[in-house]
Amino acid sequence: MATIVAAPPYASTATESANTGLWSWLTTVDHKRIGVLYLITALVFFVIGGLEAFLIRAQLAVPNGQVLSADMYNQLFTMHGTTMVFLAIMPLSAAFFNFLIPLQIGARDVAFPRLNAFSYWVYLLGGIFITVPIFFSVAPDGGWFGYAPLSTKQFSPQINMDFWVLGLQILGISSLAAAFNFITTIINMRAPGMHLMRMPIFTWMSFVVQFLVALAFPVITVALVFLQFDRFFGTNFYAIGAGADPLLWQHLFWVFGHPEVYILILPAFGLVSEVLPTFSKKPLFGYPVMVYSGILIGFLGFGVWAHHMFSVGMGPIADAVFSLTTMLIAIPTGVKIFNWMATMWDGQLRFTVAMKFGIALVGMFTIGGISGVMHSSPPADLQQTDTYFIVAHFHYVLFGGSMFGLFAGLYYYFPKISGRFMSESLGNWHFWLSLIGMNLTFFPMHFSGLLGMPRRTYQYDAGQGIELFNMLSTVGTLVLMLGTLFGLINLWKSWKSGERASSNPWGAPTIEWAIPSPPPEHNFDELPKITSRYPLWDLKGTVIAKPTTVAEEAGFKQLTAKQLGIPMPNPSILPLITATGVIVMFSGMLFTDTNQKLAIAIMIGGAVWWIASLYSWLLTPLEDAH
Amino acid sequence: MTATTIPAAEHADAGHGHHYTTLGLDNRKIAIWTFIGSECMLFASLISTYLIYKGRSIKGPFPHEPWTDPVTNTVYPAILDIPVTSASTFVLLMSSFAMVLALAAVQNKELPKHTMGEKILGSSKLWLWVTCLMGTAFLGFQAFEFTAFIREGLTIRTNLFGSSFFTLTGFHGAHVAVGVCWLFSLLAIDYKRGLRPADATNVDIAALYWHFVDVIWIVIFTLVYLIK
Repeated sequence: MATIVAAPPYASTATESANTGLWSWLTTVDHKRIGVLYLITALVFFVIGGLEAFLIRAQLAVPNGQVLSADMYNQLFTMHGTTMVFLAIMPLSAAFFNFLIPLQIGARDVAFPRLNAFSYWVYLLGGIFITVPIFFSVAPDGGWFGYAPLSTKQFSPQINMDFWVLGLQILGISSLAAAFNFITTIINMRAPGMHLMRMPIFTWMSFVVQFLVALAFPVITVALVFLQFDRFFGTNFYAIGAGADPLLWQHLFWVFGHPEVYILILPAFGLVSEVLPTFSKKPLFGYPVMVYSGILIGFLGFGVWAHHMFSVGMGPIADAVFSLTTMLIAIPTGVKIFNWMATMWDGQLRFTVAMKFGIALVGMFTIGGISGVMHSSPPADLQQTDTYFIVAHFHYVLFGGSMFGLFAGLYYYFPKISGRFMSESLGNWHFWLSLIGMNLTFFPMHFSGLLGMPRRTYQYDAGQGIELFNMLSTVGTLVLMLGTLFGLINLWKSWKSGERASSNPWGAPTIEWAIPSPPPEHNFDELPKITSRYPLWDLKGTVIAKPTTVAEEAGFKQLTAKQLGIPMPNPSILPLITATGVIVMFSGMLFTDTNQKLAIAIMIGGAVWWIASLYSWLLTPLEDAH
Repeated sequence: MTATTIPAAEHADAGHGHHYTTLGLDNRKIAIWTFIGSECMLFASLISTYLIYKGRSIKGPFPHEPWTDPVTNTVYPAILDIPVTSASTFVLLMSSFAMVLALAAVQNKELPKHTMGEKILGSSKLWLWVTCLMGTAFLGFQAFEFTAFIREGLTIRTNLFGSSFFTLTGFHGAHVAVGVCWLFSLLAIDYKRGLRPADATNVDIAALYWHFVDVIWIVIFTLVYLIK
């Protein structure tokens, strides 16, 4: 097989367009710009999800709280979960996938740049679709897990859950398209010499995550289609009266839902595995084991789903099997924890904000991981399930794990993204308030949970010994919000006027640090030739790249892709237009009950819209002829 | 620090209309395989649901045995018509054969053709037409099947069998329909400017999709129709 492959037949049609202004953002197919779009959008949704959490905590601050109605409370906890999982953490990870994967493997862009833009626009529009109803008090109210038959028409007759059923399918399109794109990119666009076992660990973890997305999202899509058919067309998938299995939804949902947990955490693990070596001046301890344990986590992640269902009575054999696989998955996870500690051991530690968030992940995730192993035991789980103990557990892994890892990545990669440092002083406020606020919010939930406080109930009575814990959690939320505010102010100020950063301000080992900050449109003037895992260090960590400075790079003049004769994909508005058509098509479904003709008209209109746009997209060449 | 100097790759991306790829394969080829892997999980979920719900319907009609409604005493025949579906299955499987010939014809477009046989085998238009028409015929069979079932008293709302059967086979039918549209689009390009060996990858990925849809049908036909 030849190493050179013929490109699609490109014709010269498109013209050069300006690189600034709104239009350039709407039409961009540059993975770095799409990464920035993901970052900003996901942070907006993160703030919305945080405000939803604040309202929940305000209601629960004192016994028999009167801040929210029961109905509004249901909508808020449903949207808090849905927003944080699908609209905040996954897209924050996607921001790093987009920005970093091509840079880390030495590629000019992703395999399908326009498909990448399409993923983003579907995510943005789908996120708006599912978020807007909360402002009209008609938001989904059946939990982020949407258990059927509770979510069927019989028990959720309003339009609320329609938004959820349709919105999640829309977001699934975005995630799946991105997964196909990144798998192809990582398999097939690595620079010469970038063997799989030389890939930066973040790219490795992202690679695993893309497989999880590609294999898990179809399952929830099917579950959602069944639910949609039950709600709109009167099918019987979740109709217990017709003989349906009351556990069908739970199985389908958690076959998706548990891999989803690893979809949320593995990118953060990857980011921290980049941060810790740089600030310890030591190579990552046990790189191959880190890779294999990531793969093993992904693999085992498909075999543990029913530990979410111990309380439904699956029988001793199923309980035992899923209990064992759940305990098993703690092994590769524990391996990672110890490898991070061994990475820092005897290193020359530099306590930057990125490093602090990274170390905090190691600690906080371990707490969440240990409480997780506790409920791998069915008898213990029966006591803990549906209590605040579970809420405490998964917030330690999602906030203390995923979010801290993503913040570590943000502080670490911000200089590469923007060419400016984030402020360390504001960053310290962000970090310490987040760490204190997080523990103040979620640690007391272990106690309120073990004392029997159930999740998802909007009021509790006084005199059960849980008032203090709830008050502490609410105060913690305020501290957490203050910390996040510092983070956002830091981001805003640094973007505008942060201190200038050079190409490799941290003295980091991987190739994304060998190009200017921010990188030029084409990333690499010449495709790099990779000879080791840490191209800017030696493998033993005895030779380490010195941090570069702005002053020593002052004379450097970066040539553009055009000057270098590098063909770059043309900007295109078609991904946005196609995405809009998809959203219109799904929106039509909302009118199925009220006005069937209108519903069909909108759906057909939307379908014609996106199909026409898709044809136009496929018939427009990606690049100019060369 | 020698490691920091990164020399250019010899062939890579010199801007002559060639893009370097790690495996030497076209990106589209890898993408379609990942897509097919994902689709396997989609159909696995649909098929599992059908099998879990097999025999759980509390009222008929049923797939393989007649059913008498205890209230009205109406007798409903067994729903599935295996001879008719065997015919449509045969048509769909043969379409894969035509698809292979269509791809080969595009790949070998520029070879000289002397005999009548070589000319027939080398006609991408002919084999794309045959594939499209066979796919359309399969969809026709399915439309006939669905309407017959509805006449016999089985709709998507009737019972668990109806819901899971129509959803599973409907999803498959939708995939065939997408494939037919895809192949007709290739045919349109063939008429407009002629498909050349340079277009082979585009035909190849359509063919992979088409074969995948066929393979899924073999699984569905076996599990849903043949096993009682």
